[in-house]
Amino acid sequence: MKTVINKWKLPAVMLGPFLILIFLFFFVPVILTGILAFTNMDSAMNWEFNRLLNFEKLFSDPDISLILRNTLLYVLFTLCINVFFGLTLALLTTYFMKKEQFSLLFRTIWMLPRMTPPVIYALLWIWFFDPSEYGLLNGIRSLFGLPPVNIIGTEPMLIIILANGVIGASFGMIIFSSAIKSIPEDLFYAANIDGAPHWSIIKDIIMPAIRWPFMFVTLWQLLSLLTSYEYILLITNGGPLNESEVLALYSYHKAFQSFEFGYGAAISLVLVVIALVCTLILWKLFKVKDMIGPSRID
Amino acid sequence: MKVELQNITKSFDKKTNTIDNMNLTIEDGEFVALLGPSGCGKTTTMLMIAGIYKPNEGAIYFDGEKVNDLEPKDREIGMVFQSYALYPHMTVLNNIAFPLKQQKVPKKERLERAKEAAEMVQLGHLLNRKPSELSGGQQQRVALARAIVKRPKLLLLDEPMSNLDASLRIEMRAEISRLQKKLGITTILITHDQEEAMTLADRIALMKDGRIVQFDTPMNLYNEPDNVYVAKFIGTPPMNLVEGKIMYNKLQIDKQTYPMDKSRFHLEHGKEVILGMRPYDIQLGWTEEIRFLGKIELLESIGHSKIIHANVFGKRLQLFAKQDFQAEIGAEVRFSVQPAAIHLFDKKTGKSLRKAAPYGDEMFVKDAALQ
Repeated sequence: MKTVINKWKLPAVMLGPFLILIFLFFFVPVILTGILAFTNMDSAMNWEFNRLLNFEKLFSDPDISLILRNTLLYVLFTLCINVFFGLTLALLTTYFMKKEQFSLLFRTIWMLPRMTPPVIYALLWIWFFDPSEYGLLNGIRSLFGLPPVNIIGTEPMLIIILANGVIGASFGMIIFSSAIKSIPEDLFYAANIDGAPHWSIIKDIIMPAIRWPFMFVTLWQLLSLLTSYEYILLITNGGPLNESEVLALYSYHKAFQSFEFGYGAAISLVLVVIALVCTLILWKLFKVKDMIGPSRID
Repeated sequence: MKVELQNITKSFDKKTNTIDNMNLTIEDGEFVALLGPSGCGKTTTMLMIAGIYKPNEGAIYFDGEKVNDLEPKDREIGMVFQSYALYPHMTVLNNIAFPLKQQKVPKKERLERAKEAAEMVQLGHLLNRKPSELSGGQQQRVALARAIVKRPKLLLLDEPMSNLDASLRIEMRAEISRLQKKLGITTILITHDQEEAMTLADRIALMKDGRIVQFDTPMNLYNEPDNVYVAKFIGTPPMNLVEGKIMYNKLQIDKQTYPMDKSRFHLEHGKEVILGMRPYDIQLGWTEEIRFLGKIELLESIGHSKIIHANVFGKRLQLFAKQDFQAEIGAEVRFSVQPAAIHLFDKKTGKSLRKAAPYGDEMFVKDAALQ
């Protein structure tokens, strides 16, 4: 008995505080969300279990089909911009631009939105597309004698996809750049000598080499897009009339504007299930099992 | 294909020349080794021939045609890299077929030719493996097959055997030699291993600091080194070098004098020189004309013979003795060498004092003296 205590004493002391923190801030919220989703908790903070009432309400919600459609469009298109635009930037700054000073400058510029506070970044978009004649776009249009337009009002999905796509691309860019840079230079030389054009080098050498980072970026961005709503909140706040409302934002609105905490938690729980399913699909799609399999050498 | 390099200069930092005014002519079908220590510019030279790097000055000719601005893919070359540079996600067959795919060879013919090339390097049974599933020697064969599959006119080998173990290296050496003779392809081999260069190449270009020090057949490099650097680099164990001074047609070392052959060497009274003797040329006992008395410091047995490390004039010289040679450490040993077997170099310039040597040719390094 004594030896068991001695063996675990130090690890317990070292790990204890962090285990408590992880438990408090990671585990408890998950469990709480799970529990709250089956209650009718509201701003009064008293709650009772109401079985599947929240979910019945969610699936009979008149806005739910619009919100799901918006979520799908938002995640799909923003993800495409994030990943493929990020890849394009990475290829530009590593494979095509050989001078490190230029590519570093270029990448830094693309990183700038990440360093600015989200409120400022959102404000820039709002200012750019402001429907009044003082908006930047309308100011430019007036120079050519064109009438002011309200793009945020008419095409809210387009704006939030663009705003999130542009800022998210820098993440993929950084990951892909470092992955491309780690490909041995000899492989490019060999491909050159073998007569491979740029397209073939990208397809046959770069893409297979960055398959793992590619999968990581796709999955990571997918998960963060499913649950992120801060730029939508700041730019359109889901409007006009729920036209740019996504599931994550809806959960926020229900929980913190209508103070239906139980309902909000139920929406979050649905989101978690969707995220899990997406992860599993991508896991199969990228054949992760093959990739982490052992190699044979004799 | 005949390859000519004319006054090639390459600099990466605009201050120092990695390759300094290099001239080199390789005849059609010849096997040439670029030999030198690491950092002497061998790989830079090869990458310029391949078209990956562009020379700052000078011209490269393939069969008399200037190719400075020709893309690597249009140069009809095959190359094996030190790292093999195999495409990691492709199977052996696809790796070998890759250059043909880029040439738009129809799929059936492409696979046939790739299989043929794989057979040539005895890889026929591994076609569906990935490079990560192959041993170093097998990877090297894949790289070789990929380099020859498009029937290039020039084969470039960049230290192809440096990552292999000793026995595999000897096997691959024979393989490369056989393949080169069979295909009759002009080949340039980069190596820092003089034995590899000696056994494989028709001619060796010995390089130092971005210049070619001597370009000649292996036997000429061994028998008639143009300077101390070549003498030291070629041959194992390396040539014994002893400093001395010319005194009226004789060589003085310490207080001993030795007769020198005036018809072989430029002998200038008072000149400081370096005497060179190959370990194999030194005989035990005072049977030859130039005689030394030394003290045994170390005896090494290498199987078929023994190497004696003897101290003479405070310098350690190496010579060979028979397998059954017995002696105490510290014992005196007499040995001698034929006047015809010695080498003499100018101590200041490092150049050979041999009369037939290309004295004063600017192609050879100025400061290759003992270092």
